[in-house]
Amino acid sequence: MVAHAEIRVVHRGGSKINFREPVITNDSRFLLCASGESVKVYSSSSEECVHDLQGHTDLVSGIVRNPSNHLQVYSCSADGTVRLWDFTDGILIKTFIIGYPIYSIYVSENHGGVVFVVVPMANDKSSELFQLVAVHLPRSEDQEVEARELSAVLCDVRPSGAASFGREGEYIAAAKGLQLEVFFFKKQKSYRFFLKPGNKKWAKNAFTCVSCHPKEDCIATGHEDGKIRLWRNFNQKKEYTYSTLHWHHGAVNTLQFTPEGTNLLSGGIESVLVQWRYTQETQMDFLPRLGGAITHIAVSPDGSLFCTSHSDNKITIIQSCVKVSAVIQGLVKGEGVRTNLMIDPRSKALVLNGKPGHLQFYSLHRDKLLYNLDIVQQEYIHEEGLDQFEVVRAAFDTRGDWLATVEERTQKGSELEINLKMWAYDEKTQSFVLNTTVTAPHDDQITAMCFSPSPETTMLVTISFDGHFKAWLLADNSDTTEGASWSCDFVGGYHLLKPGCCCFSADGSLLAVGFQEVVTVWSPSWELLTTLSQPPGAIRDLCFGRLSCSKYLLGTSTKNQLCCWNLLTCSLEWSTPVDVSLLQADPLSENMAAFCSQSGCSDLFVFKPSEPLPLYSQRALCTGKVQHAVFAPRDQMLESCEEHAQWLNRSQLYFLTQHMDLMTFSTKSEEDRLLASSKRLMVDDSVAVTPFYLLLGKHRQQQEALTNPMAERIQLPQGSIAIKELLYTPAHVLPSASFLCSMFVRSLLISSSPAREEKEPVEEEMESEEEDSEGEAELRDARQDLGGSAAWGPGEELGAPALTKAQERELRRVKHFDHSWLSSLLEC
Amino acid sequence: MASFKSTKIPIYPKLGEKVTPDTLYWKNYKAPVQIKEFGAVTSIDFSPLAPHNYAVTASTRIHIYGPFSQEPVKTFTRFKDTAYSGKFRSDGQLLLAGCEDSVVRLFDVSGKVALRMFKGHTKGVHVTDFTSDCYHILTGSDDYTCRLWDIPNSTELTSYKEHTDYIRCGTTSKLNRDIFITGSYDHTLRVFDARVEKSVMTMDHSQPVESVLLYPSEGLLVSAGGRYVKVWDLLKGGQPLVSLKNHHKTVTCLSLSSNGQRLLSASLDRHVKIYNTTNYKVVHNFDYAASILSLALAPDDESIVVGMTNGVLSIKHRKSPEGKQEVAGKQRRRPVYRVFVKGRNYVPKNDDFLVSKPVKSNLAKYDKQLKRFNISKALDTALESWQKNRKPEITVAVMKELDRRGTLKNALAGRDEQNLSQLLNFLIGNVVDPRFTPVLVTATEMILDIYQAVVGQSSVVDRQLVRLQELVEREIDYQQELLEVLGMLDTLFAASLPRKEVPCPGSSRPNGLAEGGLGAPVPQLQAA
Repeated sequence: MVAHAEIRVVHRGGSKINFREPVITNDSRFLLCASGESVKVYSSSSEECVHDLQGHTDLVSGIVRNPSNHLQVYSCSADGTVRLWDFTDGILIKTFIIGYPIYSIYVSENHGGVVFVVVPMANDKSSELFQLVAVHLPRSEDQEVEARELSAVLCDVRPSGAASFGREGEYIAAAKGLQLEVFFFKKQKSYRFFLKPGNKKWAKNAFTCVSCHPKEDCIATGHEDGKIRLWRNFNQKKEYTYSTLHWHHGAVNTLQFTPEGTNLLSGGIESVLVQWRYTQETQMDFLPRLGGAITHIAVSPDGSLFCTSHSDNKITIIQSCVKVSAVIQGLVKGEGVRTNLMIDPRSKALVLNGKPGHLQFYSLHRDKLLYNLDIVQQEYIHEEGLDQFEVVRAAFDTRGDWLATVEERTQKGSELEINLKMWAYDEKTQSFVLNTTVTAPHDDQITAMCFSPSPETTMLVTISFDGHFKAWLLADNSDTTEGASWSCDFVGGYHLLKPGCCCFSADGSLLAVGFQEVVTVWSPSWELLTTLSQPPGAIRDLCFGRLSCSKYLLGTSTKNQLCCWNLLTCSLEWSTPVDVSLLQADPLSENMAAFCSQSGCSDLFVFKPSEPLPLYSQRALCTGKVQHAVFAPRDQMLESCEEHAQWLNRSQLYFLTQHMDLMTFSTKSEEDRLLASSKRLMVDDSVAVTPFYLLLGKHRQQQEALTNPMAERIQLPQGSIAIKELLYTPAHVLPSASFLCSMFVRSLLISSSPAREEKEPVEEEMESEEEDSEGEAELRDARQDLGGSAAWGPGEELGAPALTKAQERELRRVKHFDHSWLSSLLEC
Repeated sequence: MASFKSTKIPIYPKLGEKVTPDTLYWKNYKAPVQIKEFGAVTSIDFSPLAPHNYAVTASTRIHIYGPFSQEPVKTFTRFKDTAYSGKFRSDGQLLLAGCEDSVVRLFDVSGKVALRMFKGHTKGVHVTDFTSDCYHILTGSDDYTCRLWDIPNSTELTSYKEHTDYIRCGTTSKLNRDIFITGSYDHTLRVFDARVEKSVMTMDHSQPVESVLLYPSEGLLVSAGGRYVKVWDLLKGGQPLVSLKNHHKTVTCLSLSSNGQRLLSASLDRHVKIYNTTNYKVVHNFDYAASILSLALAPDDESIVVGMTNGVLSIKHRKSPEGKQEVAGKQRRRPVYRVFVKGRNYVPKNDDFLVSKPVKSNLAKYDKQLKRFNISKALDTALESWQKNRKPEITVAVMKELDRRGTLKNALAGRDEQNLSQLLNFLIGNVVDPRFTPVLVTATEMILDIYQAVVGQSSVVDRQLVRLQELVEREIDYQQELLEVLGMLDTLFAASLPRKEVPCPGSSRPNGLAEGGLGAPVPQLQAA
């Protein structure tokens, strides 16, 4: 296993962005949200990710603004730390180590230096009970500080989303189950209010969320039955009152007062953002059809922007409840990936089912959702317990001209509704357009489908539990008024067995269909050529070999068999007893990847069908079964020559674990390249192309021959700051040019004392960082010189060799330093 | 914020033949004019001259009809026996006809008495034609000979006796005055050159040849005989090109459409089939009342004239495009359109401030109600639309949408007698339509569930329920019978297929048959 160490399994994109409430910055320019193990900073206007704040080692479980500095945020994580970030530059400022996994974080302006975090009760990490504790953040200059000063505030709270600070931070309200608890900091006393458990169907009284009015003593609570209660007069046990608002028909997921307290925002499963006027609760504004169920609402500190996170991994930015201004969409993974992972041959995007009734196209290289394709084209009704159409299968043809999708809807007590849809790629709109809809293509669920890869015919084969497979052909109706449409060409079956999987050979000349224990091989003219079988165990997966291995057909069965048949001799070539849960062929090479599940873990074997020895194997890839995997072609081939990493040269293998994490394999050389490219980017950043740069660059070329390589090691002088200031300060705030000019020139002048040593770097600063080959050669020379001098022995003084060639030349250069360019600069 | 997605009204495939440019072209004829002749119409020939009169040979006379006249313009009756093959000369001045009494007669179109009589054949002459130089004629007879005659002095020029059976068809080349082709009941087609003693080309049709036709380019020859229409390539020495077998009785007549792109064949099976001459596929089909003996197309396909065995001459005239112009003229009179278009082509200038107007989506009335979750009203609207324009698709789609939302039962409930009877009317009209059955059966069940308490209170509703029950029972019987037939057919297919390794006995079943069983029977309705 040591030999394989440089191939690593890494997370690659697609993490949740709706896990916790997002945060809008004070100036409303940025939006921060927890995304897996990092905090992402998005621009609220351009929807682009500006920074990725990395540092946490576990799931980030909360973000809050630092009330004392509007350019900083706190984030907490299940790794037991609270970190303070500067989000404009993306810098980690401080790390506070709490020591317990943190589930959410709250702050208040009136409690300086204290953050309130939710941690598990007692030290029992597995317990289901959580408490809210106040943490005094110690003031210290260190990067990492241990904050052990914890004091419990409330016990038994919900891990997230059910606590809120009241007016001026005087009290904190938290709700759990049927109980609302208000803790007054001054009195150090808490009041509890209980609701009756509604035993009737419609009266589910449990609290779901809490929000306190920022200016008045009023607490709004949301309930499971869709009611919102406004609590007042709660600073005593007896005479508290509440009024009830009811619009939502499902549970109220989240509540938020606007900063001035004039409005109350609520959202739930209906995906309607409701804005209630405070004190005039009969007036409401609605913003319907936002997407998935609303899970969180956040309001910017000036109240101009709202944002809602949705259950479909989406954040919507709304301008004061009137207009959706931006949508940040992450990879939607839902409850399960019903369609397999696919690669769109045109955009090379990862395709899987996303929002209900949609297919999502996700760019793996940019880690960004490209677009959603509406497959079902029906109004989505947000209601629990409703049977909805779901996209269950999808397939692309080899060129990406056609997309086939299957949607189905199961309804209790009635027939299964299945629609098969064919989508043609439209060059003009750059998306897929519906071409044909086939209602009820089969009598039962469609288990698999694939397009024929042969370039002559456009054919789709669907396989269903009703015991048949059907071939659909694109009929050219050029003689009629309608365009081309699809129709059924052939219905096949085999002894009324249920087919499970199908696969076309690489040239489309053979179709293999697995009917339980039997593999049937069909010719394009629909003759049954041969049957292959290796009982016991039904066939689970079929795969034709490619390129040099195209004479092989591989199949996996439920009874732990991986078989390889030779199609020329129609006999079994080899078989091994492994429990393969997934078999995937690389479309660009002969390689196959087999994911095997063994004792709760998944293993990966990569092999060629021609030889039963694996090229690469990795044990204990992840826990649980790997259900979906796909080979994504690289846009640039890797030139790795290590034998076990060669299979990753042309394509990358992505897979989804049981916990819906998208993982991939990364090699060392690839990581090196990534690192190099990021470094290069940083260098490029520091040297902006300005007129000055161009001017100085030209001058530098004249001087290049005289460059002293030693200069690299010398610190940059103060003068550069003046230049920077000059170059980067906006023109309208700069002082007059005459004043600046003298300052600028002074900064360029050589200070008298350490004459040479300091002058060099100015030049160095002026030059771009990229070294010419000449410079490098010289550098090497100089190193050799140095090495040479070291070889002479330690007896000689290092300070003495003032007359080395390089320094002599240097001295000469200082003498003849050409200042004419500067004078020309001054003139103009 | 996504906009409301309107209810999808599924487009159901239209049954029957597909609409192609060909069907549109060939359907664009008026209802046929029928003229009763004295006997079977054996030949029709159009005059090449402008009014395009046509000669119809039937029994012992030849009638000449004008293009739009129902009565003959002229009649030639000087035949002693059945006349055959009335043909115009290419200048339209002379008419030639054979006769069962073996005499060939040449008439002036304006005269009555035959100008020339060509005597020499010993049996009836079924084939006559002018050569391209207009001075000779070709005749073919039942005495197995074909002869060339000189018109001015009515003498026989040459005689060929190569066929071994009746000569029943023939044609002369329109490009070369010496070449002609005959087809005979001896199954052969022969190409003759008047300059040569013998036939220059022989083709075997393998059926008695009933009709021959030369393409205008004269590179291809079409022959009809038996159930076959065959195309021969003359330039490749009479090589067979295609053999078409689209009729199920003898093909009697062939014709080309005016542009030469379509070939028409008429047959005793009462059909006229139209083929595309590039791929020889049937593009259209006409049905007639009786077996067809002759067929002719007017120049520019202005009319199709068909003669049948029962003596009926059927003439179809092309619809004039005037009707369409009239409609267009009416539309032009409306001034509103100009107002609509005003300023549409206006290009904004540089400093113009553009105010973008959001595109307003027009929702149907039922969609607007669905958007507001007014389910009962949406159903009412959908039912109204059915009453107005009889489009059950919309109503069924709305019902399906309501069912998907889980609110169909609520929408159906709470209706009074009038409303309910309207609903039941709709169900009676459409529940057995296989396209709508899956949705409407659920709706019917729900209605019966909801309103079973009030059965017997209204005579109107009761009567409709009984009708519905009868309808469903009948449908169940139909389905049972269909399944029985299907079973019988399956056994027949299984028996007729060769006993080789058949992958799946049901696989050869066409899709339509399989779907026939889908119209699920609904036995639970008997509770009503």
